[in-house]
This record gives sequence, structure tokens and C-alpha cells, in this order.
Amino acid sequence: MYEFVTGPLAWIAFLTFFFGLIARAVWYVKGLNWQLDRVAYRPHMRYGLKGAARSIFYWLFPYGTRSWRQNPMFTFLVFVFHIGLLLTPVFLLGHNILLKTKWGFSLPTLSETTADVLTIAVIVSALFLVLRRIALTEVRIITSAYDYLLVAIAVAPFVTGLLARYQVADYQFWLIVHILCGEIFLIAIPLTKLSHFVLFFMSRAQLGMDYGIKRGGMKGKGLAW
Amino acid sequence: MPDGKLCNKKTIDTLEQLHALLADKSGKQYYEEMNHLDVDDKALGAILQKTLKSRLKTWLGICSHCGLCAESCFYYLANDRDPTQVPSYKIQQTLGELIRRKGKVDNAFMQMCMDTAYSKCTCCTRCGVYCPFGIDTGIMFSYLRGLLFSQGFTPWEMKIGTGMHRIYRAQMDVTSDDWVETCGWMAEEYEEDWPGLKIPIDVENADIMYTVNAREPKHYPEDLAEAAILFHIAGENWTVPSEGWEETSLAMFAGDWAACKLQVESVYAAMERLKPKRMVVTECGHAYRATVIEGPYWAGIKTGQPPAPSIHYVEWVAEALRTGKLKIDPAKKIKEPVTYQDSCNYVRNAGLGDVAREIMSFIAEDFREMTPCREHNFCCGGGGGLNGIGRYRQQRNVGLKIKRDQILATGAKLVVSPCHNCWDAIRDMEEIYKIGIRWSFLKPLLLGMVEVPEHLKPIEQ
Repeated sequence: MYEFVTGPLAWIAFLTFFFGLIARAVWYVKGLNWQLDRVAYRPHMRYGLKGAARSIFYWLFPYGTRSWRQNPMFTFLVFVFHIGLLLTPVFLLGHNILLKTKWGFSLPTLSETTADVLTIAVIVSALFLVLRRIALTEVRIITSAYDYLLVAIAVAPFVTGLLARYQVADYQFWLIVHILCGEIFLIAIPLTKLSHFVLFFMSRAQLGMDYGIKRGGMKGKGLAW
Repeated sequence: MPDGKLCNKKTIDTLEQLHALLADKSGKQYYEEMNHLDVDDKALGAILQKTLKSRLKTWLGICSHCGLCAESCFYYLANDRDPTQVPSYKIQQTLGELIRRKGKVDNAFMQMCMDTAYSKCTCCTRCGVYCPFGIDTGIMFSYLRGLLFSQGFTPWEMKIGTGMHRIYRAQMDVTSDDWVETCGWMAEEYEEDWPGLKIPIDVENADIMYTVNAREPKHYPEDLAEAAILFHIAGENWTVPSEGWEETSLAMFAGDWAACKLQVESVYAAMERLKPKRMVVTECGHAYRATVIEGPYWAGIKTGQPPAPSIHYVEWVAEALRTGKLKIDPAKKIKEPVTYQDSCNYVRNAGLGDVAREIMSFIAEDFREMTPCREHNFCCGGGGGLNGIGRYRQQRNVGLKIKRDQILATGAKLVVSPCHNCWDAIRDMEEIYKIGIRWSFLKPLLLGMVEVPEHLKPIEQ
């Protein structure tokens, strides 16, 4: 089982993740239509790129936009959640040892304490985000089972990773479950709305170009996000 | 039942059709027929296939249901935070569902979509500024209105409006002769007070080609006279076209994209014919957006720019004040507290926030910003055609509360509103809520405070 999940299944997961995301991005750009979107992308590319960069930049920073500032707690949770989601798996010591033995290279690594803190932060922030979904009527009304499933898919590798690391029970079992969860996560990213992994940037860039080219960007200093 | 006599999938292209619709008081028969209108799901599916591209699909697909759009929507706030007013909810229940069903929907669903697209969204596009993914629900509702129009599900007044554009190339039954006559009449009327005042028609190569909202010649011809006087004082070399003078587009509100094209092409033809250096659009928000911002795309102009550089009236005023073409008598500046209504159609859709402040710095001593303002300003409550739709009057009136409270919070009793829709909404707000405010376009205010050069003053008898 261990060989299977770290062998062929891992390959399938990584290939689906990378090529799936590339396909999403290519499909997005190919589907843009200057006349239907009513944005002259090509003739004003410089203004467009400036607008796109601004639109992504401000939103990448916690409290960088009015919307983030108006929802301080949510913003805090979202950023903690996403920072943990992205940093932990990439810079985890264990993952990098694996990387070194398999492919002969590794990335800088986080201390074990930092990794633990980030992992717990992911789990706790996810918990609060779920509670928020239940508590606020304006969020509850638009929430479906699918939204909970996606949170579960994203958080499962972290929960199982902790269980394996602290060897609360059968290490080998939890390790395999952890790897499987990670692979499900990787596969789910391009195939579900977790595709916002890349489509966040595409969509933000598009609206940024809209504002940068058509909706005032060529006249003023650009939208105050 | 097939298409009704008045409510059907056909566009209004003849006077006979138009008069039949107009004769149906308040659209009584029209809406009755709508209850029996069939949905051509094949045609609807085909339009989706052709026009639903990656931008909208992605918006609908990746929405993480975070709810940040809720508080950005003035309808949500005005309706005591009713969760069914959350933009994400509204669009998922309508366009989202329509797409999931690939257009296979029934009459009741289409009517629900129409009611939502017109009475729960003014396409103000504020939510797009508050969504982390940049999902612009206003744009999607505008798209939905187009789908609804193609199937005959359009409010009665909007259907009439599109017919007006198709027949008269104006939102009202104002012919070119009526227009030219009004120009002549207004120039004559005010010539005594303003010697040499003219409304020059069809002058080629002028510095400015001025274009208007059909309501002005039809109901407020003094507005045209005021524009003429201000151009006269500023010493502008200007003209109006005898044809292609109308900027508005009820067709844009209704999603009749073919009529949108016809309308803007009439203005572009005037530009081609008269070759002005610039076009100036009257104090109307959606008119400017339709003809200057969106129009080039309907007309298939790949640069996204109209044939001649085009500016909104507020841009012209700011420039005239800045360059000294118009000088304000300091003693006549507005002394009382005054606030300014940013029109969604040119603040969020054309970035004209700074010029408005520049104008206010010239004309007002106690200018008070609404909170929020500029690109973050709330819709007046009457945008997207809503002011003109009887069926949704109640919902419109509830929506006005947000602007009412914004105005009251400034402490100002005067609201400068260089947009016909906002102007109407604020007028109606005063009528309904009686908060003791006044509202005005820029032109009459400016006329009351500009310094008139000696040589333009009437000769004393």
C-alpha cells in the first residue's frame, strides 16, 4: 500500500495538479473575449497589465483592500488558513527529506515547531471559518455541502499529518492515510473550485484589466481597491 | 401558449408595435400575457453556448460563498440584511441555476429571474469591488437581462424603451426635427439675455460636439439652454449634431444588445460626419457609460474607444474651471453644506471621482463627502433602469433608504447630482421620505455663480 500511494498514485496526483492547473489557466485566457467581456485587452495591454497587477497586489495583502479591512476577523482567518495551507507542505522537513531521497534536491525547511504551529493554525482557522458559515445567515444561505467537503479535503492532510507525526496510534496507518489525503487534495485542486489556486489570479487580473483599460484606469490613478 | 400580442420574443421595430405597447396602461395586458409566454429552451441554450465564456463561468464556478458581497450590496442593507439579498445568492439562484439546467427552464423561473435581475440588482457593480475573487455580480445580472430579453421577459417600460431606441434612436419619441426645433427654440428664448447665443447645429470640425439625454429636449429644454449659455460664456467652439445627438441607452438596461449597437452607431456616425475634436456628454451617468465606455464594444471597435475622444460633462466643467474658461464669483460660491452624488456609471465605470472633487473645490465652501464615496459609493437606488419600472416601485423605494441615510449623515441639504438617474432617485426620495433636501445638476448651479465677461452681458436699454 505504501509503495502504491508513494509511487503511481503520487505521480497521478502531482501530474493532475500541475497539468490540471495549467489547463485551467490556458482555458481561462483562451475563453476571454474582448467583445463579450467588453475589454480591449490587446490594444491597451500596458494599462491592462498595470490594472491586473494592482488588482492582485492589493488583495494579496491582509487588510490591503477596503473589503479586507471591513472584515478584520475573517481576513485574519483567511490569511492564516491560506498561509498555513501553502507553506507547511512545501517547506516541511519530512517532505523535504523525502524529496531529497527521491529526486536528490530539497528546499529550505521550517523548524518542527513552526510547522506544528502552522498546521494547528490551519486546523483552527478552518474550524472558525466553518463556524462562521453556520453562524452568519448571509453566509449560511449560500453555503452548500460541497463547501464543507472542500474544507474537509483541504484540512484532512493537516489533521492526519499531525496524527502521524505524534504517532497517536498506528504510525504506518496514519502515514498512508495522510499521503492519500494529500493526494486527494492535490487532485481536487484543479478539478473543483479549489482551482481558485490559479483562477484567483486569473479572475483578479481580468477585473483589474477591466478597470485598468475601460473603467477609468486610462484616465485616473486606478481603482482604490 | 405561443407569444402574446404585446409580450413576446419579437423586438419593437415599428410605430404600430410601439403604440400598441404604449396603449396598454401600466403594462396590464403585457404582464398578463407574460404569464403564458413559452420559453424556447433550445434558443436559450444556444445563446449560452455562444456567449457564456470563461470569465462568467469562472465567476460562477469559483465563488467560495464567503458572503463578503453581502454588505457591499445596498439592497441587502436596505432590506434589513435579508440573506436572500446577498449578491452571490441572487446570482446563483438565477443565472447559476439557468446554466446548470442548460436553459431548460419554465415560465415561472424566467419571471423570478426577471424580478430578481431588475428589482434586486441595479447593476451598480459595487459587489465586484468587495469580492476577493473579483466576481462582478452586476455584470452577470446585466448578462442575465440580455438572456431574459431574448425570451421576451423584460419589464414593460424597458420593452418600450428598446422600441424607442430602435425607432427614434432615442429613449423617447423625439425625432431629429423635434430636436433641431428645440435647439432653435431654446437659443431664441435666451438670446435676449445672452446676445449672440447660438446652438450651432451640424458644424464640422468644431472643438466640441455636445450630446444629450432625450429627456432634456423632451421635458427639460432649459437644460439644453443652460449648456449652451455655459459653452457661450466659456467661449467654446461647439456644435450639436442634428442626428446622433442622443446618448442614453435603455437598451443597455434591458439587455437588447442589437438596439444598443444601433443607438451608439448613430452617435458615432455623427462623429464621423462632423469630425469634432471631442465629444462632451451631458450630465447623465448611464448615457456616458453606454456611448463612451461600452458602446465601442457593441459597435465592434477593437480599440474600445469611440471615434472621437469623449468626455463627460463633469470633465468638461473641471477643465473649464481649471483653465479659467469659466470663472466663479467667490461671493456666489455655495455657502451652505453641500454633498455630491457619485454616479455608479461613471465613478465605478469610468473613474471620474477626482474631477468631481475638483469641481466642488471651485464651487463650494462647505463640501461634505458622503461615506462611503467615490468608487465605493452606493447606488442612488434608482440605477439600472429601476426608476422607470412601475412593477418594482416598492422595492426601489425601500432601496432608496441607504442613499437617504448617507445624505442625512453629511448634514448637507443640497445634493449635487450630475446624473439623470441619481437626480430622479433623489427627487423621489424627497417625495417619499421628506427629509428636506434639495438636489441639482451642475449647470443651474454654475450659471448662478459664474462671472460673465463684459462683452457677453446684455446691452442695458
